[in-house]
Amino acid sequence: MKINAIILLTILILSACGGPASQKEQLSGTIRIDGSSTVYPITEAVAEEFRVVSPDVKVTVGISGTGGGFKKFGRGETDISDASRPIKQKEIDACNENGISYVKLEVAYDGLAVIVNPENDWVDHFTVEELKKLWEPDAQGVIMKWNQIRPEWPDEEVHLFGPGVASGTYDYFTEAIIGESGSSRGDFTASEDDNVLVQGVAGDKYGLGFFGLAYFEENADKLKLVPVDGGNGPVAPSIETVSNGTYTPLSRPLFIYVNSRAAKRKEVQKFVYFYIQNAPALSKEVGYVPLPEAKYKEQTENFSSFLSGLE
Amino acid sequence: MNRITLNRIKDKGFLVTGIISTFIGLVLLLIFMADIFIEGAPRISWKFIVSLPSRIPERAGIYTAMMGSVWVLILTTIISFPIGVSAGIYLEEYAKQGRLSRLLEVNISNLAGVPSIIYGLLGLEIFARVMRLGSSVLAGSITLALLILPIIIVATRESIKAVPQSIRDASYALGASKWQTIYRQVLPASFGGILTGVILALSRAVGEAAPLIVVGALAYVPFAPRSPLDDFSILPIQIFNWISRPQHGFIVNAAAAIIILLIITFAMNGIAIYLRSRWQKRVSW
Repeated sequence: MKINAIILLTILILSACGGPASQKEQLSGTIRIDGSSTVYPITEAVAEEFRVVSPDVKVTVGISGTGGGFKKFGRGETDISDASRPIKQKEIDACNENGISYVKLEVAYDGLAVIVNPENDWVDHFTVEELKKLWEPDAQGVIMKWNQIRPEWPDEEVHLFGPGVASGTYDYFTEAIIGESGSSRGDFTASEDDNVLVQGVAGDKYGLGFFGLAYFEENADKLKLVPVDGGNGPVAPSIETVSNGTYTPLSRPLFIYVNSRAAKRKEVQKFVYFYIQNAPALSKEVGYVPLPEAKYKEQTENFSSFLSGLE
Repeated sequence: MNRITLNRIKDKGFLVTGIISTFIGLVLLLIFMADIFIEGAPRISWKFIVSLPSRIPERAGIYTAMMGSVWVLILTTIISFPIGVSAGIYLEEYAKQGRLSRLLEVNISNLAGVPSIIYGLLGLEIFARVMRLGSSVLAGSITLALLILPIIIVATRESIKAVPQSIRDASYALGASKWQTIYRQVLPASFGGILTGVILALSRAVGEAAPLIVVGALAYVPFAPRSPLDDFSILPIQIFNWISRPQHGFIVNAAAAIIILLIITFAMNGIAIYLRSRWQKRVSW
């Protein structure tokens, strides 16, 4: 009898401790994310860190592109959609048709820097037209000298450096400057390694290149940043000009869209909060520009009020 | 210069062109492989193979992508092999020569030329959505099976065609039925060729990325598939994803993953060659 009582007591104590406590902390389930391959590195980094916090939540991330991602999102096939542009009317209509509501959250900026050698004292800024003239496919073998871009510039060869044509950075630059993603002249030094680009331009007085803005900061002493005139006067890229949208067209906000039905699930809520909380450090780590602190606070508030609106 | 010397010069000219053409492919392959091996070989380790994807290149691995590729490979084989071989046997042995069979033949050849992304769209609409398989390993495998079916059918037909008619006649003369003749004579004699075709088709399938991205194969999956209905990633997608990243470490990872993919493909080709020679030795009339 005595032994039985002890066993009973033990079981009671164990169940009291184990039950509710573990249920509260051990979230499980699957969170399906798809969309832009530009946003992917951030989402991947967040998912990787989230595994440490909630190992039983399976987060999967696809790269079918912003458009492809929204198609799936609009059919309710994904919980979160990565996007490198805001959702389009056609995609909103598809969501409405299937009774899907969502919240849009900004997570970081994608910014490109146009750079020259510090000894280059003639370039004060580029206009988008000048960059286009220099980089468009027709420029190959034709626009070879600085004075062909602007007559007062030196009669010296211009040496071009840029990321590999498979990179998202290259896609974005060609889309923003030339107007067609993936189309540019071919006679430039292309490297997937940003260090090669940095070394190339840093060691060449007549060099010119572009790469992700986040990488400039680390190499600010070796390179000179060139302001870009997108139509409203030259603007130098910085956290301020990128975040207030004046540095165009070479910067853009990146978003995640959260499905409202998914947002009712505890694991999704935790993941989204975790995302916003860690986006500043992680987005920088993978090569993007974080939002200003106030903006992240705004995203958290947006998501909270979205959640309270659901109930 | 008379006509004879002119002809000799032309002859030599053609020979040289032929040799150059033959070696272009080989040299390009060697350059490509040397480049990949120099970049990627030092990165390959057991840890690289069993690690999950990560934002830090040195920590990232190919475990889930490789397991996904293996799953896809096995399921694709199970689906495409019986269907492709049966269709090939039917077309070669049973179908009557006529309009219908000619129509079928032309269409099968045409299917072999359809861009793989189209198969991806088909797979997304029919297997993932209408059949409600979602973006699962199974949906991806059926899509790839469809993609390589024409190749398997054509290979099966060619191998069956190569079996001499006299063998069939002899079998019939001994009183065997049609199926007995096919099963006991024609298939064993042509099986080496059929298997070679199937394996070569599968090595193509294992390198496809585009159709599976459309069907919904993922880039980041923190677990290997446990059932045919699980989400998955595959090696070519992992490679594609790594190549587009700005950090150099990912390029090295991509090269290392390409080596693993090449090893899988070469191993499969090796198996194909081995099976063909084994079957050829076994059959003797």
